[in-house]
Amino acid sequence: MTTSDMSTSELDDNPIEVRISLDMVKRGIYVAPLIIAVAAMPWGGPGALSAAFALGLVFVNFLLAAALVSGAAKISTALVMAATLFGYLIRLGLILVAFLLVRDASWISRPALGATIIVSHIGLLVWELKYVAISLAHAGLKPARP
Amino acid sequence: MEAFTILAQEADKAAAAASSAGFAYGLAAIGPGIGIGYLVGKSVEAMARQPEAAGMVRTTMFLGIAFTEALALIGFVVFILIGL
Repeated sequence: MTTSDMSTSELDDNPIEVRISLDMVKRGIYVAPLIIAVAAMPWGGPGALSAAFALGLVFVNFLLAAALVSGAAKISTALVMAATLFGYLIRLGLILVAFLLVRDASWISRPALGATIIVSHIGLLVWELKYVAISLAHAGLKPARP
Repeated sequence: MEAFTILAQEADKAAAAASSAGFAYGLAAIGPGIGIGYLVGKSVEAMARQPEAAGMVRTTMFLGIAFTEALALIGFVVFILIGL
């Protein structure tokens, strides 16, 4: 078995994208009560519910992106290209559909929804950078300290 | 008659807001689309050249995709705030 075969089978068994996404979702769940509480301050109950909905959208978006990329990478590297681009369109469409389904609901606060989507998406990504190892030895997440 | 005119003007305003919001969302999706295409293309090229570095490349690629997608999400937020 060559080095590349070993790394490929290891990546297929435990895809990097899924590990990173699950780690981001885990951190997102930790800070979710804080985000919801902050959104509830200016926008009240609808703000809290909208923030929770936005967090759900962001989590699903991360997990879906990871599933699409890792699933495509298992089949072929060339398929990653197609899966990523069409996945991008599909996920944008899904977010739009999710918003259209709830836009007239009484519990929706659009500013809270928008602000939470942007802040949580970018915030979780920047936070995750601290735990990601860009090295050949530990691709993906940094190993836990003993 | 005056009521109909006011109603038509309001409908025009709503239609203009919706179409401009859709236009903004569409424009906001173009840039990240190009960025993601370029990013993934280069990543696939890197993985083909050096398969043993695939893990490292996929890590940076995935994070790059997510960061680029944030631009489209900003466009989406503008869309939900001004339109529909």
